[in-house]
Parts: sequence; structure tokens; C-alpha cells
Amino acid sequence: MLNFTPKELQERKSGGMINPAKTCQPIGAMYAALGIHRCLPHSHGSQGCCSYHRMHLTRHFRDPVMASTSSFTEGASVFGGGANLKTSIKNVFAIYDPDIMAIHTTCLTETIGDDIPAYLGTAEIPEGKIVIHCNTPSYVGSHITGFSNMTKGMVTYLSEASTETKKEQVNLIPGFVNPGDMREIKRLVKVMGINFIMFPDTSGVVDSPMTGKFEMYPKGGTTIGELKDTGNSRLTLALGSFASTDASLALERKCKVPAKIMKTPIGVKATDEFLMALRNGFVKEIPYELEEERGQLVDIMTDTHYHFHGKKVAVFGDPDIVIGLTEFVLSLGMIPVHVLTGTPGNAFEKELRAMLLEAGIKGNVKASGDLFEFHQWIKNETVDLIIGNTYGKYIARAEDIPLVRVGFPILDRSVHSYMPIVGYKGAMRLIEMISGALLDKQDRDAADEDFELVM
Amino acid sequence: MAVNEKDIDSILEAYPAKVKRNRKKHIVIKDSSLAHQEIEANTRTIPGIITNRGCAYAGCKGVVLGPIKDIVHITHGPVGCGYYSWLTRRNKAKTLEDGKNYLAYCVTTDMQETDIVFGGEKKLAKVIDEVVEIFKPNGVTVSATCPIGLIGDDINAIAKAAQEKHGIPVMAFSCEGYKGVSQSAGHHIANNGVLEWMVGKGEMTEAPAKYSINMLGEYNIGGDSWEIERFLKEIGYHIIAVATGDGSYENLKNTHVADLNLVQCHRSINYIAEMLEIKYGTPWLKVNFIGVEATVKSLRDMAIYFGDPELIQKTEDVIAREVARVEPILNQYKKICEGKTAFCFVGGSRGHHYQKLFADLGIDTVLAGYEFAHRDDYEGRQVIPDIKPDADSKNIPELHVESDKKLFKLKISPEKAEELKKKIPLSNYEGMNAEMKDGYLIVDDLNHFETERFVELLKPDIFASGIKDKFIPQKMGIPSKQIHSYDYSGPYAGFNGAVKFAEDVTAMFTTPTWNFMTPPWKYKPMLEGTVEEEGN
Ligand code: SF4
Ligand code: SF4
Repeated sequence: MLNFTPKELQERKSGGMINPAKTCQPIGAMYAALGIHRCLPHSHGSQGCCSYHRMHLTRHFRDPVMASTSSFTEGASVFGGGANLKTSIKNVFAIYDPDIMAIHTTCLTETIGDDIPAYLGTAEIPEGKIVIHCNTPSYVGSHITGFSNMTKGMVTYLSEASTETKKEQVNLIPGFVNPGDMREIKRLVKVMGINFIMFPDTSGVVDSPMTGKFEMYPKGGTTIGELKDTGNSRLTLALGSFASTDASLALERKCKVPAKIMKTPIGVKATDEFLMALRNGFVKEIPYELEEERGQLVDIMTDTHYHFHGKKVAVFGDPDIVIGLTEFVLSLGMIPVHVLTGTPGNAFEKELRAMLLEAGIKGNVKASGDLFEFHQWIKNETVDLIIGNTYGKYIARAEDIPLVRVGFPILDRSVHSYMPIVGYKGAMRLIEMISGALLDKQDRDAADEDFELVM
Repeated sequence: MAVNEKDIDSILEAYPAKVKRNRKKHIVIKDSSLAHQEIEANTRTIPGIITNRGCAYAGCKGVVLGPIKDIVHITHGPVGCGYYSWLTRRNKAKTLEDGKNYLAYCVTTDMQETDIVFGGEKKLAKVIDEVVEIFKPNGVTVSATCPIGLIGDDINAIAKAAQEKHGIPVMAFSCEGYKGVSQSAGHHIANNGVLEWMVGKGEMTEAPAKYSINMLGEYNIGGDSWEIERFLKEIGYHIIAVATGDGSYENLKNTHVADLNLVQCHRSINYIAEMLEIKYGTPWLKVNFIGVEATVKSLRDMAIYFGDPELIQKTEDVIAREVARVEPILNQYKKICEGKTAFCFVGGSRGHHYQKLFADLGIDTVLAGYEFAHRDDYEGRQVIPDIKPDADSKNIPELHVESDKKLFKLKISPEKAEELKKKIPLSNYEGMNAEMKDGYLIVDDLNHFETERFVELLKPDIFASGIKDKFIPQKMGIPSKQIHSYDYSGPYAGFNGAVKFAEDVTAMFTTPTWNFMTPPWKYKPMLEGTVEEEGN
């Protein structure tokens, strides 16, 4: 397994990637667009991209992922994609009847410089229907950038400041997380008794129930009305700076809704901060129900600390998730010695270095990294646990290290997209997974005389 | 169950006029009373249509090149394309003594904005250098993605220079996603390269053993090719190379000496098969190892080709033993499957092949089609001269081959070949349509809208397709089977594969989970009357 990955670290100067820890923008844009109610995401480019993105999302969520494509051929690549886009718009509304179509670009259309707004200006869009777009060149950023761009597109196209005074409601931008996480964030805010608009919101779309009927547009997703109304909210909480900042700032500029950029609420600290922001922003006491949950979490953390305290861990994945996970494993007394994301961004390195410094840990931190290097780090300093997406299983097997699957994509296990990692409940689940993985390994490796009933 | 034109029209009615006209030509109701039924295929997908099709890159790097294990495959482009084609197809490969198996590695030049603006040639050259140094592979391929052709990177020149520098084959494939109309263009581009740069590069000048064959168009999904090799070897065949499942450059370079080429997936590999015949004098035989009956027929056809009584006897012995072994097991599953109906919409060959396996279980395929096939895969190879090249097919280079002066060897005489062609599909493929039943539907490039409507119309018991449409019928309560990735099971080929398939499909029908689809409160009254017992 991965026998060609040498221990010796040699700088690779080419700038190429071996076993990337990121993918391209459009898949993030497609996922974000699925979080609008009755929206059909549209991939402007050749059909291969759309096919790959639908395939990967479907494998992660195990639910239908509907999206259309401009199906470029060589001719369109030479003469521009205006005709393909206009035909697409006509066919999409005639055949699939969405309320809104959310167009994102691909490498191809970015390279030839297709001007989407210009095309939209002359396209036939049926009365009452909406088309929005964002640019998603895959040679910039990552899938997280694409998610961020589409979310921002929702604001630039739809948000309106239409009321004189702001409403007592909060905008929640959840970032690139699972529908299970979105549901948990919404639950926390509901328990707080605060009105909210979450966007995008893929819950009820990519975790839709089995009913005996296929719904092209399931019940979930932020409605167009709600998206417009985001301009009237009193506050936006942008959860996860990489995925949510741009939209929140655009909303601040466009509709004067103050933006507060926070961590994805993973673990006790970030969840505390999230609730405090709501409490202070809306002058609302934290109800006992949530205080009780928090107390339970801290109880568990303390009761089981010897399962994980002092264990070394390597974390990789998307930046907002990795930042949250690293902070949480630190609060568990674990030692994150390798932390990596494939998404570019100095802010990632800065934030994590500060975290490790504060904890007195010397570790490897890298943005724009790949799993080849991550594996080499582990070969040079081994760890007790790896936390990351499915691609980590090859390293885990090569080095015989347990893997806890968190993030995107998870292609080889199920149910994960329904279960949160955010909030206090999500933190409990993370502990269950981390403890379980460590103890399973201990059980597996124990001699008969050391094999224990109670642990 | 037969469908009529009116049913189709009423479904297509919902389309804008232009779409309707176009799609109508891709749909045929089988009618054997007609001399010939033409279907439109391998034409552009209409913009805006939700199609299952992928691109040329997927067909080239993803399908044909990707499985070659001792070569490092570099994707030249932004990160996505390489990422999505990394370990996602289930083409399994065993690592041999030399250790050279690179399938778990995904190498991409990860083009950045500056590379797009100033060109990515230098970066590509550096990535090749690094890869050769780290992996010491037997070869390197470079597959281009959409932006590469547009910015004008000369990947052939880079590859050539790298080949000279490193002394191993470095092969460039211009399989940009916008070429052609589907994966099919990529198959063709890859076939050309494999023939040009790999085949014939080995040291062998004649077949290393009796009954030497190549297996073409077999990708070892879920271990299919290992199951096929099991009985082929037992019968006495010597397999030189598999193209390309569990394949290697080491083996592919000697493909030219085989006595016969087997063609499993016609669409993705027929170019190589044809060119091998012209260049080296080796005929090909269309086989299908999916389904017991199909496997038996393929084995017998192979034996007829070689015509050796001993081989024929051994073939019959193995068939007798294997059939006796698996038939009773299949009969058990058949009790559950018999009389059911299927949709079978896959790629470019399996849409046909799997009908045989369904038939083994008593399941009738009422709608079948291919995602990216050509007319010959439907109507048979005799239509090839009638297929007019269009703008999209013209931009895929045709490799013109001639007989190899040193290595050409006619494996059988032209007279013998003619005689055999009457009995077996030698250098010929009859296509899917011939085997469909009257009144059943053949649909090319079946799209989402039609999937939904045809499922409503024909209510199949099982839907066999890929991951993107899998969960659509499944939400409607219809079991949905991935025939590209086998839902992570397999092998499904050969005798053991048929059993595995029967087991999996039966489980789909019988899983108790279907019983819970409707919650009890939807059919039970809220107020239940209590009948007082006597004496109370
Ligand atoms: S990297 Fe570009 S060409 Fe490749 S899948 Fe992503 S958008 Fe498409
Ligand atoms: S068998 Fe199907 S999946 Fe495989 S290459 Fe042929 S068409 Fe593609």
C-alpha cells in the first residue's frame, strides 16, 4: 500500500500534486446551489465536469444530485458558449421547471472567457423564473472557493434590504458541511428562540426521505423569498471563514447587515462562541436545555479523557473543518502534530500555527498541501490517529493507524451525512468516534492476558 | 408489456419541438418485421439536458489508460479531473514482484491561474521529472483536460523530450473533455496511443505458448477478469495481456504475437482490435463473459476458432463441470427473479451484455440502451460504412495503420476466416438490437426526464444503470443496480460472477427494508374500536 511514498522529504518544486487534498471549484458551487429550494444547478462547460461532480456528490450523500450541463463540443469551445447557454436555459425551464437556475462555470468556459452576465442579458428567461450565476475557475482555490462563490452569488443576485428597520432574525451561512450539520445548527438556534434564515441549506435536499416518490425538487432548501429577506436580517453569522466570509461581507456591503465571521462550531469552544454570538447579538439567555447538553459534553470529555489524552493525531481536510477539529482535539488533550488542507490560504496556516503555539506543540501545518506529503510527515513522526476523509484510508492502512472519517468526501461509509459533527451533540459524536477507533485498535492488538472487558 | 409509438410521443410531447425531433431519433421500438431499424447515436447531447454522459478525458484516462498499473498517469490540468478519476472505477490490480502498481496514486499538474495565462508546459515537464524520480515507472502517460488544448500547451513535444531524457515511454494524449460528444472520443484517442506506443514494443516475435490470446475491452471491475482468466487458463489458453484491467505496459507491449484477440467491450476497444488485425494479422472474436449462457457460447466460439479437438474437449469438460456446479444455485435465485423485468442502460457494451445475465435469471430486459455507443453497437458493424462522419467525430484523429513489415503474421488464412465467420462472430459484432425482443425499447443516451417517464410507463422491477441515476428509481421504490461499479460488489463475469450477481440482485428484491416505506399511520385508522370481551 502506497509503497512508493518515501520517508525522506524532498521538496517537490513543480507545483504539481500527488494525491490531492482538494478538488475543483464547480463541485462546491453545485453543492451550494442544491441548497436553494427548487433550484437546478447548471454547469456551463463540457458535460464531463458535470458528470464527475454529480457522481462524487451522489457517492458522498447517497441521494440524487440533479444538475444540468451546457454540453460543450469543440465548436462551442472555439466560438464561445453563448448559444449553448441560451439553449440550456430554454430547455431547463421547459423540461425540468425549476424556480431558479444557478449557473457556475468550469475551467473550459473560464479559459475562453465566456461572459455569463452578457449572455443572460439576451437569454429568454420565462416570466417569474430566476437565473443566477457565479464564476468558478478551477485553477483558483478549491471546491471550498466554489462553494463560497456560489453562496456569494445568492447574495449579489437575490438579497434585498426592503424593510426600514432590520428584522429580529439572524442569517446563518453554514459553509461546506453536511445536511446533518445544518440541521443541528438550526436546532441550536431554534432552542435559543431566535428567528433565522440559513443559506444555503441542503438539508431536506440531499438527505431526502424514501417515500415511494421521486421528487426532483425535494422539500428542503432556502426559498427565494428567504434569500431575498436575508437583506433585512439584523446579523449574519458566517460559519467557517473559508466558505462563508465572502457572502457575509457582500451582504454587509449590499444590505448593511453586519457580518460576524466565526469558526465552524465544531467542539466545545467554537460552539460556545457560536451561542455567545447569538446571545449577545439578540440579548437572549442561553436556555437550560443547551447548558445541560454542554454539561453532558464536558462530563463525557472528562470521564473518558484517558482514552485520548496525550495521543498524537494527524488531521486533514477542508480548511474550516480542519480548524474546528484541531481546536477540539486540543481541548481533549490530544496532540495534533500534522495538520493539512489542500485548499490554498495563508490564513489557514496562520490560525493553526497560533493554535499549536498556544498549546506548546511543534507540528507540521500546511495549506495547499497534498496527501503524499501528509503521508511522508506521518512516516517521519507517527501518530495514534488520523482524522480526515475517505482518501485517508490508504495511508491509514499503509501505516496501520486508525482513521476517523470526517469531512468531504466520505465514499466508503454511510449515515455520516445525516449525523452532525457541529454543536455539543456533534462533539459527543466525535468523541465516540475517536475513542472507538483508538480502543478498537487497542483491543485488536492486545494479548489475551491484556484484553479487557471494561475500558 | 410492448410499447407503441403513441406512448413514446406522449412522453416526448413535453419537450420543446427541437428537442423532441432530436430525441425521437434516439428511440426505437424493436420490430423484427422491418428489414432494418436505424437509431441515432454518438451525436451531441442537447445543451441543458440532464445526461449521464461524461467526457473524452473520462474515456481516455478514466477508462482505457487508468487501469494500466505499472505506468504513472499524469493528468495535465486543474485539479478536479484527476481527482474524480482517482480510484473511483474499481478496476482492480494485483501488485506483482516488481512492485510496480501505481493505481493508488493520483498525479495532477494542478494548473493555477498563472499556468493558464503563461502556459503549463514547463510545469508539466517538471512534474514528469519528479514522477520518474519518485516512482521509477515503466512508463508515463499525460492526459490533457479541457483548458490544455485551449491554451495551446504542446504536450506531445514535452512528452517526447521527457522520453529522451528518461529513457522510458512518455505518452501524451490530447483527450480534452470537449472533444467528440462523450467518453467515446476518449476511448478512440487512447486506443490510438496504446497501439502506437505500447503494442509491438516487446521483444517477442512469436506467441510464447499454444493458444495465446489477448483479452481486449475487459477492465477487471470488481475482479471480473480474474474470474474469466480462471477458466480460460484451465482450458489451456495463455493470456498475454488484458487491455486494460489489471493490465501492464510489460504485458501490453507483447500483444502483437497473440493468435487471437478477444473483444469484451466492443465500444471502448474495437479500434485496437481492428488495427491489430491490419498491422499484425490477428483476428478478433467478439465475446461476452457476462451470464452463464453467454460465457458458454463465448468459450465454444473460441474453441471453434482454434479447431483443435483436444481444446474443444477440454472446453466442454470445463463447461460441463462449471454449469453443473452453478446451475442448481442459480435455480434457487431464479425462483425469486423469474418473470421480473429490467431496464438496462449502461455505457457502451454492458447495456447489451447484462441482458444475458438477467435472462439467465428469468428477468426480461424491456428497455436497454447505451450512454455513449455508436450505431454499430446497436445495429451491428455492417452499418459502419453508412455512418457519416460529422464535425464532432472528425476532430478525433484516425490512426492509419499498415501491416508491420517485420511482425505481421497472418494467424489464419483468409479462406479459413471466411468459413469461420459463418459460425462465429469473428472480427464482427452484431450489436444489441438483434437480440432485443419485439416491442421492447432501445434508447440511446437515455436522459433524466425520459428515465422518469419510462419508469412510470413500464414499471420495471429493477433498474440497472450508474451512480448518477441510481437513487432516482430507488426513491420510487424500484431496486436500482449500478452496472458500472457493481455497487462495490463483484465479480459478475463468468460462472462465479453469475452466482454473485444472482445473490446481489435477489437481495435487492427481498431486502425487508422495502416493507417500511409507508409508515403505518398512512394506512391504519387513528381511532381503533375496542370490542369488549364477553363477561366484562
Ligand atoms: S478541473 Fe475543470 S475540467 Fe476538470 S472537472 Fe473540474 S471544472 Fe471540469
Ligand atoms: S463496459 Fe461499459 S463501463 Fe466499461 S468501458 Fe465499456 S462502456 Fe465503459
